[in-house]
Amino acid sequence: MTDLFSKFDDLIALREGLLSSGVTDPFNLVMEKVESPTVAICNGRRTILLGTYNYMGMTFDPDVIAAGKKALDDFGSGTTGSRVLNGTYVGHRAVEDALKDFYAMDHAMVFSTGYQANLGIISTIAGKDDYIILDIDSHASIYDGCAMGNAQVVPFRHNDIDALEKRLKRVPEGAGKLVVLEGVYSMLGDIAPLKEMVRVSKANGAMVLVDEAHSMGFIGENGRGVAEAQGVIDDVDFIIGTFSKSVGTVGGFCVSNHPKFEILRLVCRPYVFTASLPPSVVATAATSIRKLMDSADKRVHLWENSKRLHAGLRQLGFKLGTDEPQSAIIAVIMPDLETGAAMWEALLQEGLYVNLARPPATPAGMTLLRCSLCAEHSGDQVEEILGMFAAAGRATGCI
Amino acid sequence: MTERDDTQAKIRGLIDPFNKKGVEISGSTRFAQDLEWDSLTVMDFVASVEDEFDILISMNRAAEIETVDQLIDAVRQLESER
Repeated sequence: MTDLFSKFDDLIALREGLLSSGVTDPFNLVMEKVESPTVAICNGRRTILLGTYNYMGMTFDPDVIAAGKKALDDFGSGTTGSRVLNGTYVGHRAVEDALKDFYAMDHAMVFSTGYQANLGIISTIAGKDDYIILDIDSHASIYDGCAMGNAQVVPFRHNDIDALEKRLKRVPEGAGKLVVLEGVYSMLGDIAPLKEMVRVSKANGAMVLVDEAHSMGFIGENGRGVAEAQGVIDDVDFIIGTFSKSVGTVGGFCVSNHPKFEILRLVCRPYVFTASLPPSVVATAATSIRKLMDSADKRVHLWENSKRLHAGLRQLGFKLGTDEPQSAIIAVIMPDLETGAAMWEALLQEGLYVNLARPPATPAGMTLLRCSLCAEHSGDQVEEILGMFAAAGRATGCI
Repeated sequence: MTERDDTQAKIRGLIDPFNKKGVEISGSTRFAQDLEWDSLTVMDFVASVEDEFDILISMNRAAEIETVDQLIDAVRQLESER
């Protein structure tokens, strides 16, 4: 008998080699208690959280919590049904209305996760003879959406406007074209030149989908994302987003002004063939989204945090993923996995949690310590974080 | 030089900068196994082939191409369909 698991042997060996060096498993951390959006207890130690996607710190907002508790009391713990059968409650409609108001768009469709939103929308709208042109550094959910459909899939070099334009011009005449971009690329925290990319896409007759998962609530005057910040949101056909980052719960969505958008509710399999979100989740999401519309002060503070951390880390001598802070993600580039894991553990010992990111999630085989800031991190906490990086960096020889 | 020779010469020229180990290239050289390219290197290389010949090679198409000869054939076919 061929062991179907033999294909994982290399990864198993890599992992065992790393753990045998005595390092704590970076992919097996348990939080025993969560005190706030920025602090948890890990291994009995108070730990500052700098690796969550809780950008706007909504997870402990009193109004959000109250809405969730009330929905749990009024509607029960789950819907046990698909959105198209018995799984649409008033709360699901209410969160879609909140999204339409937040983005000022005509249609909103809520999925059970952000992953499913990309999977569903991309696989459904791009058919056999259509072309999907996507950035090579796109998220796994985008690639999986492409793989699930049967369109012709053509990647182009990351953030390269010229490479995108060349490929658009080579698509056979008459074929449908979907360009898939992200506002913020979550590994290095860099943003896309959406202004130019949306322009060349439209000039070549393509529809444009932008995943704004890591920018919602924070980037753009109204927190609508990079497309808003660069003034092209009206030319974007589909925005994909998630509730599991700034919104502070779980779920995914697509918003659009396409006049035929609502038909997707009947033909999009990851929407139809799964249970809808629990009533408490959609209630917390709707409350959070409406509060995010009015969070300009928090956006300003989060930018201050991002700029301070970026400048401070650079001053300490760390190599960063971007020359300037472009989002709430600051990626520290590690020379290799061993150093990255040692640095990750040293930071944890100091009382700081960051994400250790590895291929295939990262581009160009990089090992990254990804720091994601929260609007609830105080200025003092950011200084404390820099002190921890200095100590851990010296202890591990990174700086 | 036949047209196929011409395509072959251009493709070998494109392989060179990615052939870090200096592997001897023949028609049966396999990109993944013999050149030990990872998926990102493959995607970078495919992009350079697309730009050289002004064609599109979809990910599905690229996944079916294992050897240098197969790539030459695919490029010639894609050029003729253009």
